[in-house]
Amino acid sequence: MATATAKMTAKSRIDIRKAILPYLYLVPAFTVMAIITFYPLIYQGIVSFTDFQTKDLRFGLASPQLHYIGFKNYIDILTGNLPVQNFEFLRVLVYNFWWAITNVMLHVPAGIVIAVLLNTQGLWFRKIYRAVFILPVVVPPIVVATVWRNIFDDQYGAMNQFLTYIYNFLGSVGPVHIRWLTEYTPPIPWLLPTGPLPLAYYAMMIANFWLGWPFMTVVATGALQSIPKDLYEAASIDGATGPQQFWNITVPLLRPAMIPAAVYGFTTSFNLFAFVYFFTQGGPARSTEILVTFAYDLVRNLRLFGVAAAFSVFIFMIAMVVFLITNRITRATESYTA
Amino acid sequence: MTTLTKTPNKNIIVRFFNMNTSNEVGGRDLPLWRQILLQLLTLIVAAEVMFPIMYIITLSFSSKTTRPSTLELFPKELSLTAYKQVLDHPTANPVTFTQLLTNSFKLSVGVGLVALLVAVTAAYAFSRFKFKARQVLMVLVFIPLLMPAVGLSTPLYLLMNQFRLLDCGKGITAFYPLVSCASGVTGKLVFNLRDSLLGVGIAMIAGALPFAVWNLKGYLDTIPLDLEEAAAIDGADSNQIFFQIVLPLAIPQLAVTFFLGFIGHWQEFALSWLFLSQPQSYTLAMTLYNMTGQYANAIPWNRFAAMAIIVALPVAVIYIALQKYITGGLTSGAVKG
Repeated sequence: MATATAKMTAKSRIDIRKAILPYLYLVPAFTVMAIITFYPLIYQGIVSFTDFQTKDLRFGLASPQLHYIGFKNYIDILTGNLPVQNFEFLRVLVYNFWWAITNVMLHVPAGIVIAVLLNTQGLWFRKIYRAVFILPVVVPPIVVATVWRNIFDDQYGAMNQFLTYIYNFLGSVGPVHIRWLTEYTPPIPWLLPTGPLPLAYYAMMIANFWLGWPFMTVVATGALQSIPKDLYEAASIDGATGPQQFWNITVPLLRPAMIPAAVYGFTTSFNLFAFVYFFTQGGPARSTEILVTFAYDLVRNLRLFGVAAAFSVFIFMIAMVVFLITNRITRATESYTA
Repeated sequence: MTTLTKTPNKNIIVRFFNMNTSNEVGGRDLPLWRQILLQLLTLIVAAEVMFPIMYIITLSFSSKTTRPSTLELFPKELSLTAYKQVLDHPTANPVTFTQLLTNSFKLSVGVGLVALLVAVTAAYAFSRFKFKARQVLMVLVFIPLLMPAVGLSTPLYLLMNQFRLLDCGKGITAFYPLVSCASGVTGKLVFNLRDSLLGVGIAMIAGALPFAVWNLKGYLDTIPLDLEEAAAIDGADSNQIFFQIVLPLAIPQLAVTFFLGFIGHWQEFALSWLFLSQPQSYTLAMTLYNMTGQYANAIPWNRFAAMAIIVALPVAVIYIALQKYITGGLTSGAVKG
C-alpha cells in the first residue's frame, strides 16, 4: 500500500516531464534513422517513378536527362518486361516464400531433436559437442556457399564422389555424374505450380540445413534448460511415458521460445543473400533467384536504378506484410507490462 | 530416470525421447547402451557439421591451388604456403593484409559501436515507458529489421554518391552538392562518400541499428521492475534509474549486441562490394569474395581456404567463448511468453 501511494505522488509531480521523457530517449535513434533510413526510403519511392540510370548518377534527381515515367517500373516488374531473361515476378516471389518456409520446417524440428539429444543427462563430451555444433553459425556465408557449391560440383564434388561410392557398393559400375547446380529439369515437377524446382534447390536445401539447424538448437537448448525438472518427475510418477512427456511437457514449453526463433529463421532464409548469391547466382536460368539477389543484380550489374528502386519498394511492402503477420504471432511489439 | 528406462515399451525411438531435459547432473543414471547409442547419434551430427569445415582446413594446408580429385578430409601435407601468400599478397592489387585487416576492423567495430550507442536509449524507452505513439514508433523501427540491407542500398547509394569533395584547381576545394566548382570547371574527385568506408559504415548502421534496438529491448524486458521501482521510491529520477541501475545490469547484453553487430559486418560483403571501388578500402570479406569467380576451376583453392580460415577464426573463437551470453541474449527477448 505504502509503495502505491508513494508512486502516485511521484507520478503527479513529474507528470509533464514523464509525458515527454520517452520521446527524449527516442531522439538519438530516430534522428539517425530519419537520415539514413526514412529519408532514403522516401527518396527510393521518388526514384522508383523515374528512369534513373548510370548517366544520372552525378546529379541525382536534378539530372536533366531524368524522366518521370509514372508506374512504368512497377508494371514492368509485374509483367516481367525487363531487359532480363527468365524473370517472372510471381514465380520469384512464390519461390522465395517456398524456400523460406521449407527451410524453417526442416530446421526447427531438427534443432529441437538435436537439442534434446544434447541435453540428455550424463551424456559424455557435451561441452565439446556444444562448441562443435555452433561452428556453422560463425563461418562466413561466402565460405559456406563456396564450399558447398564445391561439394555439389559435378566433376570434383564430394557429393558425387560419395554417391559413386554407394553406387559401386550396390554392385553397379561407373561414376555418378549428377549435374546438381546446372540441371534445369525439376525432379518433382508438380511440387511448385508457379515454376520449376530444379535440382539446385535441393542441393541448396541440404547446404542451408547445415547452416540453419544449429541456431535452432541453441535456442531450444536455452529453453529446455529452463523447464523445471519437477514436471518430468511428476509426470513419470503419474505414469506418463517418454513420448507423452515429450509431447505434453517439452513441446508446449518450448513453443514460446521456438515460435520467435522460427520467425527469425524465416526472415533470415527469406533474405539469405550471400548464400544464394554465391551458391547458384540464382541459376540455372534464374530458377533459384530470390528477391534480394535479383534486387542486387539490378543495381550492381544491370545498373537500372529506377527499376531497382521500384523492386525494393515491392520488397519493402512484402516485408511489411510479413512483419504484420509475424508480429501477430510473436507479439514482439507488445509492451512489457501487457 | 532409471525408472523411466524400465518402461515396458522397447521401441528405440520411444526410449530416445524418454529423457529428462532439465540441466541437472546425474551422469551415473544413463545406462551404458544408451550412452553408446546417443554418442553414436551425436557423432553423426558432429560429422555432418565438421565435413565442410575439415574440407576447407585440408585445402588451406595444401600447396596446390587446385582441388583434389578424390575426397580428402584430413590434410596430407602441412604446407603453410597458402597462408604465407595470403598474408603477403592478399589480392592482385597493391594492398597489404594489414590494410585490409584495419579496414575490416574500422568498419565492423565502428558499426557495432555506433549502432549500440544510438540504440540503447531507444530500447530502454520501448521496454519501460508507456506512451501514445509507442506501437507506431516501434513498428517504424522494426520494419527495416525485416527488410534486407539490399532493399535500402539503392537510395543510400544514390544519395551518398552525391556527396563529393572536388578539387577545382588553384587550391579551391568544393563540397558538392553544397558548393560546386565555378561553372565550366569539372574538378577532380577527391572524396566520394559512397566510395568510402565511412559511407559503407553509414549504410550498414541503417541495418544494424534496428537489430540493436530489438536485441536490447528483449533483454531489458527480462530485467525485473522491482529494482527500478525501489529506486523511484528512494527519489531517483528516470535518468538516474537508467544510468545507474538499468545500464549496469545490461552490460553483458550491451557486449553481446556490440559483438553481434561486429560479427555480422565483419563477414558482410554485399554492401561493401556494391559501394567501394578502390582496392585500398577493401575489407577482408571482400577479398574473399574477390577470390571466388564465376568458375570454380579459376579459384585458387588453397589461398581461398587459408583466407577463409583467417577471416572466420577470430570470430569463431570469441563466439564459442561467449556462446552462453550470446545465445542467452538472443533468446531472452523471445522467452517472455
